[in-house]
Amino acid sequence: MIKVEGLTKRYARTIAVDNISFEVDKGQIVGFLGPNGAGKTTTMRVLTCFLPPTSGTANVAGFDVLEHPLEVKRRIGYLPETPPLYPEMEVDEYLNFAGKLKGIPTSTIKARIDDVTQKCALGDVRKKLIGKLSKGYRQRVGIAQAIIHNPDVLILDEPTSGLDPKQIIEIRTLLKALAGDHTIILSTHILSEVEHSCERVIIISQGKLAAIDSVANLTNRLRGSEAVALEVESAQGQPAEGDVQMRLEQVPGVSRVVAKTPRDGRLVFEVESLQGRHIRGDLARTVVQAGWNLNELRSVGLSLEEIFLQLTAAEQKDSKQDDQKSGQKKVAEGEKKS
Amino acid sequence: MKNVLLICSKEMRSYFASPIAYAVLGLFAFLFGGLVFYPTVKELSQFAIQAQMQGQPMNLNDQVIRPLLGFASTISLFVLPLITMRLFAEEKRSGTMELLLTSPVRDIEIILGKWIGAMLLYMSMLAMSMLNIMFLFFWGKPDWKPVLVAYLGLILQGGCLLAIGAFISSLTRSQIVAGGATFFVCLILWLLSWFTAFSSSLATQVINYLSIVTHFENFGKGVIDLKDVIFYLSLIFFALFITSRSMESLRWRS
Repeated sequence: MIKVEGLTKRYARTIAVDNISFEVDKGQIVGFLGPNGAGKTTTMRVLTCFLPPTSGTANVAGFDVLEHPLEVKRRIGYLPETPPLYPEMEVDEYLNFAGKLKGIPTSTIKARIDDVTQKCALGDVRKKLIGKLSKGYRQRVGIAQAIIHNPDVLILDEPTSGLDPKQIIEIRTLLKALAGDHTIILSTHILSEVEHSCERVIIISQGKLAAIDSVANLTNRLRGSEAVALEVESAQGQPAEGDVQMRLEQVPGVSRVVAKTPRDGRLVFEVESLQGRHIRGDLARTVVQAGWNLNELRSVGLSLEEIFLQLTAAEQKDSKQDDQKSGQKKVAEGEKKS
Repeated sequence: MKNVLLICSKEMRSYFASPIAYAVLGLFAFLFGGLVFYPTVKELSQFAIQAQMQGQPMNLNDQVIRPLLGFASTISLFVLPLITMRLFAEEKRSGTMELLLTSPVRDIEIILGKWIGAMLLYMSMLAMSMLNIMFLFFWGKPDWKPVLVAYLGLILQGGCLLAIGAFISSLTRSQIVAGGATFFVCLILWLLSWFTAFSSSLATQVINYLSIVTHFENFGKGVIDLKDVIFYLSLIFFALFITSRSMESLRWRS
């Protein structure tokens, strides 16, 4: 339904989206995940023909965004980050305007308004001025506007921001009900959001594609590992930090040991396990067997958000290392040649 | 065409749902009726006596209606920025531009709809001055054809300024900036027509030709000169065209 290939969007100095490719099948709900400023909104704006891509192609329902923008726009419902509302209009009036703008004939517009106001639970406020509505209601009017012409593709930029938990759940149910007939892309920076409503996740970070995976895989990958904070007593530099870190890294099942800044005479580490491994017992045994004093051993509950941040941060680091490696290779090759 | 009408009716609604329409209409009614029409009519009796002493009947068209509509043209220069300042600036600020630009509507339909909406408000403003002029028809027997031509001139001149105002509004997100800049442009145009009145070098002739206000003079006299009509129409076309360019650059610059 949506096919993006090598999409790049460059502003005057910055690259907002860098060579992104992905595909979304019909009827799927896809989460677009990334920290603020990662390029989520820019990608969505390209898909909705609001911005033209600098290079690469984007294809919606078989139409290219540059060549047939009107056909693409007809098939897309879009909710921008700030819902595009006219405060001086009543809800019904606004939906009437938005519907006609999207080409709904006058004969069916009333039925469509009835339908979307019912779906978005706007029945009570239909005759109220939009300017007088609360944030939650405005957001729902925005969603109603996006689905009024029954589009094939629905693109929602942070649809649940600013809503209270009850409203968030309502929106999630609404989205689930809409999936199937509609292909939905929604962006968010809240991971649990994606977990609840999406089938697949596209993670982007700093304009680059970090991961495309199903939600189940991703959460397993992130949830399965364990993080432990560990504190070892150290008097007059004994034991040395490096020794302890090395020993901890040798414990089976450990994926990563990070040394934190030591506090007077105590060495602090954060240890992460591989997926599905329990390492606390082994860690304790290792420290005690080495004859050191184990002050503290505690499981650190990493929130999904933090894990996500680590994931994106780690991938950035990897790419940097790759760059360095390739740089070194080039230097080496250069030396060979000379 | 359907989309143009849709956007035009939405514009009209926004004007009348906000204080802008009432401010524009009220301001114009006050300036035209209170400061121009009333004093002129008060002196009408003196004109009439003078005219009788000279032994020829007074010409209402030349002596009253023409200067009156000349004033209407000047007043509209200063009221027009109020009409155009919000056209695009407000949509850009509130994010509703995103709705318009992601709907299956062509840019030119949006621009035409907005411009026609602004024209309708401007024309209802002119209609208020017609109320005043109507009184003269009760009292005397002015020729109605030159009056009609003068109104055509006012509409064309207003159309130009509204198109220029729309362009300025499409450049910024701030209504104040858009209104201020449009006011400045109108002021310059008004002053230009003053400066050029006292000199006849080639440069001033060029400036004079380019000044929107001077092209109104013939209409004021009741003369439709094709040159003036073409000037106004081509300026409207040009201003709307650069507005569409400016909207497109909105996409590139974001």
